[in-house]
Amino acid sequence: MKKMIALFLCLTLAAFGFTGCGSDKGGENGEITVYNWGEYIDPEVLTMFEEETGIKVNYEEYETNEIMYPKVKSEAVAYDVIFPSDYMIQKMIEEDMLAELNYDNIPNIKNIGESYLKSSEEFDPGNKYSVPYLWGTVGILYNKTMVDEPIDSWSVLWDEKYSQDILMQDSVRDAFGITLKYLGYSLNSTDKTELEEAKSLLIEQKPLVQAYVIDQVRDKMIGNEAAIGVIYSGEALYCQRENEDLEYVVPKEGSNVWIDSMVIPKNCKNKEGAEAFINYLCEPEIAKMNFEYITYSIPNEPGIELLDQEIQDNKTCFPDEDVLERCETFQYLGTDMEEYYSELWKEVKSQ
Amino acid sequence: MSKKHLSIPYAVWMLIFVLIPLVLILFYGFTTRDGAFTMDNILSIAQPEHRKALWLSFLLSFISTAVCLLLSYPLAMILNKMSVNQNSFIVFIFILPMWMNFLLRTMAWQNILERNGILNRILEFFHLPALNLINTPYAIVLGMVYNFLPFMVLPIYNSLIRIDKDVINAAHDLGASNSYTFRKIIFPLTLPGVMSGILMVFIPAMTTFVISDLLGGGKILLIGNVIEQEFKQANNWNLGSGLSLVLMLFIVISMIVDAVCNKDEEERSLW
Repeated sequence: MKKMIALFLCLTLAAFGFTGCGSDKGGENGEITVYNWGEYIDPEVLTMFEEETGIKVNYEEYETNEIMYPKVKSEAVAYDVIFPSDYMIQKMIEEDMLAELNYDNIPNIKNIGESYLKSSEEFDPGNKYSVPYLWGTVGILYNKTMVDEPIDSWSVLWDEKYSQDILMQDSVRDAFGITLKYLGYSLNSTDKTELEEAKSLLIEQKPLVQAYVIDQVRDKMIGNEAAIGVIYSGEALYCQRENEDLEYVVPKEGSNVWIDSMVIPKNCKNKEGAEAFINYLCEPEIAKMNFEYITYSIPNEPGIELLDQEIQDNKTCFPDEDVLERCETFQYLGTDMEEYYSELWKEVKSQ
Repeated sequence: MSKKHLSIPYAVWMLIFVLIPLVLILFYGFTTRDGAFTMDNILSIAQPEHRKALWLSFLLSFISTAVCLLLSYPLAMILNKMSVNQNSFIVFIFILPMWMNFLLRTMAWQNILERNGILNRILEFFHLPALNLINTPYAIVLGMVYNFLPFMVLPIYNSLIRIDKDVINAAHDLGASNSYTFRKIIFPLTLPGVMSGILMVFIPAMTTFVISDLLGGGKILLIGNVIEQEFKQANNWNLGSGLSLVLMLFIVISMIVDAVCNKDEEERSLW
């Protein structure tokens, strides 16, 4: 029996030894660990990158910024490239978690449109830490056959006519952001009376809402389950392809424009490899491939020019300047304010 | 060599996947974000919205458990009366859906109950008024009953087949009517099965957040949803852990109640 155990232990040791070797070796030019949103890259791009550069890519996915953050913060895994959203980047910069980028290694930054870099400065002054990857707006997707008039205002979300025909976003900041914008405030408001006012409006709206959803807006809108849904522009394009009756609009009161950018955490293992990866994703051809796979708007100007004219003119993906001027990015409001928002949201949800 | 060694892998497993996580939850539950000791996370259960969510969870799981029991007991008795070949086939049919992913089955219910869903299409075909079930507490109860019913049927069925037929025959010989035999002999003997069935339905129903999310449309906040939101959206692990501990307390209480009810029984079935 003892021999058996000894043998077993030897085998396990050997097995661990082998896996250790396997992961140490990596590609001929090292390896990087990438942590990205689910379904947020054309898998073909990863293979092409590996073939062209000889850098092996370990790829992991997350669902929300809040799931990604503690994993990066704990440094349990050393990631080389991650793709947080605007407010999360600001938080990570404040907590000194990100490494400054060396733009000598990212010459393709020239492909990123000036206006996107300018928007990025709202959360990353001087564009020191982040390169925009994908962006979009939050707006209303509505079914032309189910509403009486063209929609251009958030007020329809409070219109009794559409009771049980409304889908709201099931996330704190989006729900409050919309309401604050409708009231004419900033979506980064920290004024408690403004927030109380928004909360009351959300409670008032609750009986009219069919469901609070995130990913399911897509299926429900395509399946004509609801007339009006709050949605991200990238998802809207997908829905319109499946159901021709759907129309997307960024309401006149303004909305949220979000940017998911590529950053490198401080504890990365292969900074040059990470920068090579970021540079590769800024290639126009690659940006085009990703756009076609994900249908989220790209900030890559030569990349946009490679797309079909029809898509380039599509206002859902690439809205006019004046629309973007009405939009704000989310900012990190600090732990106390986050908790305050969350408390208010719970009050709305438990009504 | 003693057989104790064989238990080492299990002990290691328990340590890594049961004890350490539990200690972590305890640690988070009793501390603030800065690591200072606090009772606030636990006491926050008294906040109106948390209290309401807990009460609603309790109410919905209680109803679901009761419905499961009412449906399961007759079914278990029918299965018990059947010949061996028939009943094993029916038990098999019962277990078959459980081979599919829980999430998929719940999403299927979403498609059935939706406004343009299968149920309403059928009603429409027969010119009946449409039912608006999705995103109501009824849909959540339905989802709970559907998902947890086998956990009620099987323990009851198991305790039924273990009753010695002679005991029942003896009761009849001594002049007991059918209903008297059921009340005085069959039901008391299946009580352990009933109790473990109740626990196995009540506990997962009490803690679920998936069913209420998918079938309640996010409009009905159960305590499981509150905890999920604290972890996944609000990024407040301390509050989430504190509320989990409170929920664990409720589960421990229900298990103690079960143990007390069953203390006369020589053997505990299944658990």
